[in-house]
Amino acid sequence: MTESRPGLDQGKESETVTIWVNGRMVRVPAGTVLASALLHLGILYTARSVSGQLRGPLCGMGICFECRATVNGQPLMRTCQLVCHEGLRVEIAQADQEAQA
Amino acid sequence: MTEAQVELLVVGAGPAGIAAACTAAESGVQVAVLDDNPDVGGQIWRGEKRSAPSSLAAPWLERAAKASGIQWLTGWAAVGPDGPHALLALPPGGGQLVRVAYQKLVLATGARELFLPVPGWTLPGVFGAGGLQALVKGGWSVAERRIVVAGSGPLLLAVAAYLQQTGADVVLVAEQAPWSKVSRYAMHLLLTQFAKFRQGVRLRRTVRSTPYRVGCWPVRILGREQVEAVIFSDGVRRFQESCDLLACGFGLVPNTELGELLGCQRAAGRLAVDRWQRCSVPHVYAAGEVCGIAGVECALVEGQIAGYHASGNLTAAGRLCRKRDRLRRFAGQLHQAFALRDELRSVPDPHTIVCRCEDVTLGQVREQMSWRAARLQQRCGMGLCQGRICGPALEFLFGWKDRSIRPPLFPVPLGALADEMSPKSDLPSSEKSPSASHSECSTRRLSP
Repeated sequence: MTESRPGLDQGKESETVTIWVNGRMVRVPAGTVLASALLHLGILYTARSVSGQLRGPLCGMGICFECRATVNGQPLMRTCQLVCHEGLRVEIAQADQEAQA
Repeated sequence: MTEAQVELLVVGAGPAGIAAACTAAESGVQVAVLDDNPDVGGQIWRGEKRSAPSSLAAPWLERAAKASGIQWLTGWAAVGPDGPHALLALPPGGGQLVRVAYQKLVLATGARELFLPVPGWTLPGVFGAGGLQALVKGGWSVAERRIVVAGSGPLLLAVAAYLQQTGADVVLVAEQAPWSKVSRYAMHLLLTQFAKFRQGVRLRRTVRSTPYRVGCWPVRILGREQVEAVIFSDGVRRFQESCDLLACGFGLVPNTELGELLGCQRAAGRLAVDRWQRCSVPHVYAAGEVCGIAGVECALVEGQIAGYHASGNLTAAGRLCRKRDRLRRFAGQLHQAFALRDELRSVPDPHTIVCRCEDVTLGQVREQMSWRAARLQQRCGMGLCQGRICGPALEFLFGWKDRSIRPPLFPVPLGALADEMSPKSDLPSSEKSPSASHSECSTRRLSP
């Protein structure tokens, strides 16, 4: 995962915000939904099911909880219901993000 | 616990909620609108404030921004009732629960997509149809991705057209309803709702290079770590379509959970209302898709009826009743046209997961006789979504309707439940425009 990605950070400097994804800094346009930002970074999986299967966002509207992640220290946050803001920190429990990105 | 008081509380900031809030506020009522999405507009007007709003949305969003006496509580989740005249709500970013007392309540909680279990549907890359659209509106670029749009209903074409316009390669739109029903519906639109017919034609032309196949449905989703292809059946033959993403929804389900917790009567999967949009519980109204799927125009009319009636303006409310009745009748045609076929019940196999939260398979659920048994024996519907995804699916598969709804409506962090007594306070800064509240609430919600 790099700091700059096409599409997500085409705007002017003032129109982007910095978020931290598993400790890595990423710039995204202001107003981007967190689940959308993660998908754009190539993170298709956000959670593991109770039996360990990889899962990613399904409903996109706050119902299914499959896009859940720890945001600013708070677990089980629905990333599809959050808008990225400056300094937001998201931890995705699902490991091997390196392989995904 | 912090307390706040309003005359009229509206739950849901989609078209019905906006219409109810505007009409009531313009009649001098003090209104608060609560919605757990980060922005106003609901699902259908998601992101319209950022891009150019549609001709239907623009006047309402403007009216909402201008109306004084409305507090927009975006990012707030309704957790459950607290007595007959109050709801508990979780502010953005967690924190402590707030008790919002109201004199009257409008439920404009909208609808969600109907998901049906298909072998492989838990693979990453499988989304709802509206779900994928929402994520793309949220800022995910799917340009040049091969996308299959499948399921049922007019939403499929709208989603396909939207995705195509953002640069995606929509390779197939697969509608489960047969040609006989879809064509009859198109004819009905042509004769009675020409504007809608024209809109449909325009959408079809947007995706004219994509096949729109009717009478076929997904029977298996293939892929190792994410979706790679979908196998469809038309009842006789099977065919395979390769794709990077699948957008699949089988229609819409009214979000009746909060109404049920309040004790409102439910009929045919929706909240039952009278002529004035009143539920069976005094002082509680319902408007829009939660009263049955009928589209945005109907939601706007019902929201106005509820808002006018709740503020005592019966004349204005009464003038809209005929229009509402006509729009509801049209919706009946839609349900007939896109009724789900029986073959969809035999798509999942015994190993197909039905409850995605608890990984309960169809085989495990099938051994049980009822929702109660499935819940107690298998934990079906006991996970984070609280049966919102598997509940409607099991209702379709087995006819199980008695999914019991319990508070809290959403998982609440333990810290929020700490009963810290604090003096009564107003809701955060009053009389904000939707845009002002959006920026504030998204900041509030995400602060550590």
